[in-house]
Amino acid sequence: MSLIGRGLVLLGLFAAIFGIVVGLQAGARKSAVGLAWTRRAAYLFSFAMIAANVAMEVALFTHDFSVSYVSKVGSLTTPHWVTFVSLWSSLEGSILFWGAILGIYVALFTAVYRSRHHDYVAYALAVMMMVGAFFALILSAPADPFRPIFPVPTDGPGPNPLLQNHVLMALHPPMLYFGYVGMTVPFGIAMAAVLCGKLSEGWLKPLRRWTLLPWLALTIGIVLGGWWAYEVLGWGGYWAWDPVENASFLPWLAATGYLHSTVVQERRRVLKVWTLSLVILSFLLTMLGTFMTRSGVFNSVHAFSQSEIGPIFLCFIGTMILFSLGALFGRAHLLEPEGRFVAVVSRESAFLLNNLVLLIFTFTVLLGTVYPLVTEALRGVKVSVGEPYFDQMAVPLGLMLVFLMGIGPALPWGRSDGFRVLKSLTLPVTATLAVGLGGFAAGIHDLLPLATFALCAFTAVITLEELGAPIIRRVRLRKETPVVAAWRGLWASRRRAGGYLVHVAVIVVVAAIAASHAFKKQAEASLAPGQTLVLGDYTLVFDKVDAINDPNRTSVVARLRVSKNGHPEGAMAPALNFYNSQREPVGTPDVKTSALEDLYLSLMSFEQDGSRVAIKAFVNPMVAWIWWSLPLFVFGTLLSFWPERRRAAEKRTAAQAAT
Amino acid sequence: MTPAGKKRLTAVAALAVAGAGLVYLATGNIEENLVYYWTPTDLLAKADTVKNATIRLGGMVQTGSKQWNAETLSLRFVMGETPEAGGKTITVVSTGAPPQMFREGIGCIVEGKFDGQIFHADRLMVKHSNEYKPPADVADSHQLYKTLAPETPATHKSGKEDAVRAAPAGTETTR
Repeated sequence: MSLIGRGLVLLGLFAAIFGIVVGLQAGARKSAVGLAWTRRAAYLFSFAMIAANVAMEVALFTHDFSVSYVSKVGSLTTPHWVTFVSLWSSLEGSILFWGAILGIYVALFTAVYRSRHHDYVAYALAVMMMVGAFFALILSAPADPFRPIFPVPTDGPGPNPLLQNHVLMALHPPMLYFGYVGMTVPFGIAMAAVLCGKLSEGWLKPLRRWTLLPWLALTIGIVLGGWWAYEVLGWGGYWAWDPVENASFLPWLAATGYLHSTVVQERRRVLKVWTLSLVILSFLLTMLGTFMTRSGVFNSVHAFSQSEIGPIFLCFIGTMILFSLGALFGRAHLLEPEGRFVAVVSRESAFLLNNLVLLIFTFTVLLGTVYPLVTEALRGVKVSVGEPYFDQMAVPLGLMLVFLMGIGPALPWGRSDGFRVLKSLTLPVTATLAVGLGGFAAGIHDLLPLATFALCAFTAVITLEELGAPIIRRVRLRKETPVVAAWRGLWASRRRAGGYLVHVAVIVVVAAIAASHAFKKQAEASLAPGQTLVLGDYTLVFDKVDAINDPNRTSVVARLRVSKNGHPEGAMAPALNFYNSQREPVGTPDVKTSALEDLYLSLMSFEQDGSRVAIKAFVNPMVAWIWWSLPLFVFGTLLSFWPERRRAAEKRTAAQAAT
Repeated sequence: MTPAGKKRLTAVAALAVAGAGLVYLATGNIEENLVYYWTPTDLLAKADTVKNATIRLGGMVQTGSKQWNAETLSLRFVMGETPEAGGKTITVVSTGAPPQMFREGIGCIVEGKFDGQIFHADRLMVKHSNEYKPPADVADSHQLYKTLAPETPATHKSGKEDAVRAAPAGTETTR
């Protein structure tokens, strides 16, 4: 299997290099034959990468411990799903998996543009293949997962227990990778536009849609990552501004900026270079994220080991920065704006401010993330940046974004009529005041959560008005039933409506974060059987400790009975799991979720004879809404992603040209 | 210079000023929120300068120094460079149950503040090597739960029915 795997990786490397050379030439000469060969190289690369992953899965499932990666993460005792996800549970395998996803994207891209946009496609494929060649190069030497091992071990340790411990591990990494790797496609499209020196409407549309998909995957990946941390790490939270969390958040911020600036770009024909720069920035940040998570520069669960791929990665990132900046500056004069800004108080200004805030957000998070590396390199001092820094920067920026998300749709494009704008704001402002005063009366006296909820109400009302107006019109004028009207109304303007639905999801997340931070309660106690712990309305009675034996682990489970205000609420059982391969146990906190709050129990420690356990208990208000927002994110993004019918699109373009 | 060019220049200048201001703000803020990693020897050498700073102190829990009161959840131990006495040491106090693996002789990291005499920790982590590999003393640590395994059921003492009031809910997150 080692031989097959290595052969496939080398085939991929060869195909990618061939694709780069032929693709760049074909792009420059506009050669049809060259383009055909570039496409073939792209398909070959995709095939090689996907096949190499299949080979690795076969090796994992057949427990072929002569393959180095299998001997590192394989085990005879792990359940099947763990064996399957072992593919991405350590450094080499995750880069291999990376290659497969890039293969899927490249094949998809090539298939979609088999007969359109010939000018761009060769360049775009060449650029994507540069990234492909880099990953294939890493896989062929410094992080070769297929290295043969001798003597062949009879069993392996299995993947890191933290990763085996929850089924979300089967979903969170692939989603993140689909997000990270997917940014390569918009990067290729943007670079193709820059290299061609023209950016036509026809090429810009695909750019937006090819960004939406990885953006969605990244969103899902980030949220699932928070959920995983919440369900496994046992400290009652979901986000700690860990470098690796930041690594996924950074490209998300930049890509979000792009998705908004492109609207202005299309409407007003300005910000072309800016828009392309954001796409390029998103891609570079995904590469930086890969570097940070895979090279071991940070101490983290994700930084699997100290590996030698760090310097190679830095070189590649540097080359890509130089390449994209060089191309951008060399060709920027060809991408002159065709329109101009006319008014300060307008929707385009809101978009512009949103972009600025997102960029500042990106910068502050980036600064906090790389600061420890810089101080260690320059001053030789080991430091980390505390969470307060991130919170102090992120909260005002986040609130500004929520406000812009509301005021933007309330403002018209171009020049605005002040009186009409104010009139349209009556309802939202009323809602803001109502929520603010109502919250104060209900006993929320902290300014921050109060302001957050009020702002969320402001933006939610405007967004729902925008979403609801066409539906109400349909019900009134066309006498459609509300359900039919809702669907047709959303469908008719799906791009915009999808965006607004995503805004609603963001508001839900922001409100949930604010509530879970501001009104969190926690308590801790060491309990003997029969003793109780009281937290808020909850009373927990500790009964006993059990042990459960599985092939790959032994779990120690504390049994507790829960009651709320005297009413029994059932049993809860937080656990600590001891894996065969690691000294430290991994926790499985028990979470009782309701719409208003979670009761979260974590087993900290226990006495060997079961005479005592230490339990940490949290009440986390509204926290589940963060994960529950996911379906809305998915539905909204897909709605917005769904293509318009050709004729409608042409009509719209014509109408815009007339304004 | 054309009017459009002038406008653009003003815009660029405004952006530059805003950017510089932001960098200033962010870096100032970052310095205040830095968490330093130190060993007991480092910390004692710089004790005067770090009264209010958050510090991460890494070292070994000294043999024979652990005092744990389960009723009040108070923990006190001495941290040194080595598990045995000798060399620079610092007394650490914290509130809350330590992790399962916490014991004397183990490497550990605490985060908190140092008042010159005592280190007040609000976070305690057991150190384990970043490189993930099966430790040599797996069998040993597995003895911990052996007594609880179903084959050898544990004998539970019947506990007293007294309520243990929880420690006051803090805003500080402890992991």
